Amino acid sequence: MELVVFYVAAAVAVVSALVAVSHRSPVVNVLSLVVTFFCVAVNYALLGASFLAAAQILVYAGAIMVLFLFVVMLLNAPSEQPTPEPRPVQRVAGLALAAITGAGALFLLLAVRVTPGVAPIDGNAVALGRLLVGPYLFAFELISVLLLAALVGALVLVKRKH
Amino acid sequence: MWAELAVTTAKVVVVALAMVTTVPIMVWVERRGAAFIQDRLGPNRVGPLGLFQPVIDVVKLIFKEDVTPAAANKGLYYLAPLISLGVAMVTFIVIPFGAGHDVSLFGVPLRGLIVAPDLNVGVLYLLAIGSLSVYGIVLAGWSSNNKYSLLGGLRSSAQLISYELAMTLAVLGVLMATGSLHLSDVVARQSGAVWHWNAVTQVIGFAVFLVAAFAETNRLPFDLAEAETELVAGYHVEYSSMKFACFFMAEYLNMATASALTVTLFFGGGTLPGVTLTGWLGLFVSTAVFVAKMCFFLWLFVWVRWSLPRFRYDQLMQLGWKGLLPLATLNLVWVGIAMTMGWLR
Repeated sequence: MELVVFYVAAAVAVVSALVAVSHRSPVVNVLSLVVTFFCVAVNYALLGASFLAAAQILVYAGAIMVLFLFVVMLLNAPSEQPTPEPRPVQRVAGLALAAITGAGALFLLLAVRVTPGVAPIDGNAVALGRLLVGPYLFAFELISVLLLAALVGALVLVKRKH
Repeated sequence: MWAELAVTTAKVVVVALAMVTTVPIMVWVERRGAAFIQDRLGPNRVGPLGLFQPVIDVVKLIFKEDVTPAAANKGLYYLAPLISLGVAMVTFIVIPFGAGHDVSLFGVPLRGLIVAPDLNVGVLYLLAIGSLSVYGIVLAGWSSNNKYSLLGGLRSSAQLISYELAMTLAVLGVLMATGSLHLSDVVARQSGAVWHWNAVTQVIGFAVFLVAAFAETNRLPFDLAEAETELVAGYHVEYSSMKFACFFMAEYLNMATASALTVTLFFGGGTLPGVTLTGWLGLFVSTAVFVAKMCFFLWLFVWVRWSLPRFRYDQLMQLGWKGLLPLATLNLVWVGIAMTMGWLR
């Protein structure tokens, strides 16, 4: 049963990710990315990380992608946009980056042994919270400072235009 | 296995039917209530007190012509009402509508009148799925290929994003005090006395949540998406027949869910202070108490709609970002202090 759900969710995630990068219409791209995020959340839930699944939907599918959609609609981009011819440098750089990422993924898939049952967090928000304010407190605070800096930066950029 | 499946199915059927039945009843209450507030009679011809009016309305909606604009984006135009209704139909499964932890059905413990008692993210699930409802509105506005729909859809999505933040922060105060994401734990903590209710201990959080709930359900005074004087009918101008009915049902279902959530988070859910009942009697009484509390908030939605004028768009954004968000943060600080000092039990 779980295996069936996994294969369906994974297949839909891959297909919609492909649509997200290949379709001409920007709105369809954004929406298929939403579907991808949703399917990834389903896989998180299957792994028992239900907190992560809910956070994934809440943050990515629910908040960030809505902003994307908002921008796409406000810019009112023509739905059938001719793709500009990429420069040679772009092609080479893109291929190189794709190769590095692919090799890394392949390495992880082959070399790293995942031992099941090491961290039975059970989607438990309490355990996650203890980890965040316990062993990972420094990183946690660092990220909040980073977010604050981004916030201030955004404000400065907006103010400069006026 | 089969008995558990049967129990869950029974709970799904009971809860979903009850929620869907709220829609025609609320349509009737809204029309009669509006008439009452405006000193007229309202629909009173079909059945006693006009109670069968919603049935006739449904028949009318089914037989209406189903129009699709020629320039619409067909796929998304059909998808949008389904997203709205689909999201509204699955959010309420984490709400505990009644007690009944000591009741068993077919030899399986019932674990309360809540569809998904094992979902350990609880209210976070509701917020996450609820945040997807923006897509229904924004896609309806965009795919209709109509400037009024588009403006309505954009306004509405901006409004939902802004108020979601304040709402989530208000919920966070309750969750902090409870120390659990399970809504049944939230209810259990508020049992015993009226001053244990979160509406009393977190007045500011409750006020923020209530205002944000009005904005999230797109109701007056925040129904800018369908400001008919300037935008005709907002994001669903081009929709007719049952596709329009999908948006209509979703709005009333969201209203019912928001009322149920308010009762659960801030008004002690199905508990009655000073009364402790067990077994089936406890289940029935607590469900009745829950429904009674919920009815008050459903009426409040109608009451406010026909009493207050609509906000202007910039006023709405100002209220959300400069009013509610700081207030919700203040509530969080208060809960933190009160918990450290041991004022909250």
